[in-house]
Amino acid sequence: MILKTLLAGLGLALTTGMALAQDADSPGPAYYAALEGKTVGFVPISMGFDLTQGWLAGMQRQADELGYEIIVRDPNWSVESGIQAIQSLIEEQPDLLVIQNNDNRSYNRLVQQALAAGIPTIQVQQRVATPSDAYVGPDWYDIGRRTAGALVSACGEGTSGKIAVVEGATASPASMLMLAGINDLVAENPGITIVSSQAADWDASKAFAITSTVLLQHPDLCGIAGFWDVADTGTAGAIREAGLEGKVVLATSGGGNREAGCDRVASGEFSVYHSYNVAGQARDLNAAIKMLLQADIEAGSAPFALISPLLQITQENMTPSSCWTLDELTQMGG
Amino acid sequence: MVKRSSRPMSAGPSRIAQEHIILGIAAAVFVMFSVVVPDFLSGSNVISMVQNVSVLGILGIGMAITILGRGIDLSMVASMSVAVAWMLVQLNAGAPLSQALPLAILFSVAVGVINGILVAYIEIPAIFATLAMGVAVYGFGKYFLVDTDVNYLPEAWQWLADIATARPLGIPVSVIAFAACALLAHLGLRYLRDGRFIYAMGDNPVAARTTGVPVRVLIVLQYVVSALIALLAGLLMAMLVASMNTRIVSSTLVYDVILVVVLGGISLSGGRGGIGSVVVGTLLIGIMLNGMTMLNLTYTAQNVIKALILLVALILDTLINPRDEQTAQQGDI
Repeated sequence: MILKTLLAGLGLALTTGMALAQDADSPGPAYYAALEGKTVGFVPISMGFDLTQGWLAGMQRQADELGYEIIVRDPNWSVESGIQAIQSLIEEQPDLLVIQNNDNRSYNRLVQQALAAGIPTIQVQQRVATPSDAYVGPDWYDIGRRTAGALVSACGEGTSGKIAVVEGATASPASMLMLAGINDLVAENPGITIVSSQAADWDASKAFAITSTVLLQHPDLCGIAGFWDVADTGTAGAIREAGLEGKVVLATSGGGNREAGCDRVASGEFSVYHSYNVAGQARDLNAAIKMLLQADIEAGSAPFALISPLLQITQENMTPSSCWTLDELTQMGG
Repeated sequence: MVKRSSRPMSAGPSRIAQEHIILGIAAAVFVMFSVVVPDFLSGSNVISMVQNVSVLGILGIGMAITILGRGIDLSMVASMSVAVAWMLVQLNAGAPLSQALPLAILFSVAVGVINGILVAYIEIPAIFATLAMGVAVYGFGKYFLVDTDVNYLPEAWQWLADIATARPLGIPVSVIAFAACALLAHLGLRYLRDGRFIYAMGDNPVAARTTGVPVRVLIVLQYVVSALIALLAGLLMAMLVASMNTRIVSSTLVYDVILVVVLGGISLSGGRGGIGSVVVGTLLIGIMLNGMTMLNLTYTAQNVIKALILLVALILDTLINPRDEQTAQQGDI
């Protein structure tokens, strides 16, 4: 009996001690409780391409581990479907929303509505005028400056100094900001002239058509600033077709998918590649999700940004881990 | 009708006029650009004008064949992108070309046959049958065959891209493909029995059937042909840019294709016009795109100018060929 009481007392003391130790070292149960069983709504501009698939793979892995659910609504490039998807998600009252928008205007009101409904909202890749809880994505202006910077250093003395710009879509803020970055840097370097600046609508075939015409008009072109790896497979195709591979410097940027980025750098199609590294963005998204689900604050009351650090990838500095594949992100991402 | 189908390339005075008007406008735009843009007239640039619209032109030829037979194929872009993307998926998975290409061809033939059966036997109007089929093909493809939008040509098959970007005798392969396709379609429509029957069917399906033309089989055939031509255009497109992006399905490409077909004077009500009309319409678009790119006009300005020139073409045609009872259906749906 006495022994039993002693043992019970010892047990109690032990558990209390453990609980105390845990409270001091980590949030422990409170952390898991804040995340388990929650729902996160995700509305990309479209599933099925490297960026959105990479983010989702990383987010899904964390969700599975911590026991919360991600509801994906795929608008398949349609802004209207995206608006409907976000509206119906707001009705369903998830614990968090992750939204990627096309044009930084169409979803503005919806972000306001979500915040008013008390749903913390993360914006990824581009943001609307209304700041929400978090922005995860690149600084587009900086990408433009760095892309132009790569061309400025390649097209100095002894070259024509002529560069062409193959833009994204004219109305897209990402495209406009990149263009502004390029124009500003070129203005600081009088030896460089932009001989052509045309929108390819993020489309490889249009990029091919524009580039092949520009290369005929300016056979001494020194470099091309591309805006997205996916479209610039077309730009690279036109350079190859004109027999100017290795003579025209192509600097572009993208999410760092191996096929879209590093493979093209390895083959010499892209001379300089800036990656905003979707694997890192997935990690940032996961961090923002964990923070917002734990923080007990009013939605939208403390907005912050996690700007994606840029990796400059060239043939010289490329390593096997410079880029990612979807398989890797599905297994180990986020 | 007998007289017309015996000389399909000169069917009716108004068609000739429209094709010639477009040719005239193309020439005028060409002269204007050669004055304004330095180097516009260089031989390589003239080739480039055709090169950049050759995929559009090839699709236009397929579309023209269905429209001449009083149909339309709105599923072309979907079937082309899914078939080619599926081929790339297979190549990426390590399958040999001898497996991937025949399967892509089989897929296109299947799409054409289903289109044809829907239109010829179930008698759904072509515009609805092929519109639905395009959505179905894309959905089926994205669900079962192709996971991602962008599918790259694997490094090991880079030589395919090298073929497409080669320039035998200084002429790009895509231009040769367009020219060959146009010539074959022209000869087929003019000299093959089935080609003549397509005109007969487009002009008056009831009369064609009464005189013994196998109208239903012919409809199936024309959709198979258009799906195969679409596959050819898709292969060319994918090899040029070393990838295929299925997002193209939600672009306006299919309308651009209809535009080059109708612009040159092929009547949407069938039976009138020829492959020459497609070539002329395609050339006009090619000249405009090339010249405006060289002038470094902005995207918006390009769209405005393109739309204005096309409107002028249509207005001129209406002024020169006023609508009467006989021509009222031309270009009207």
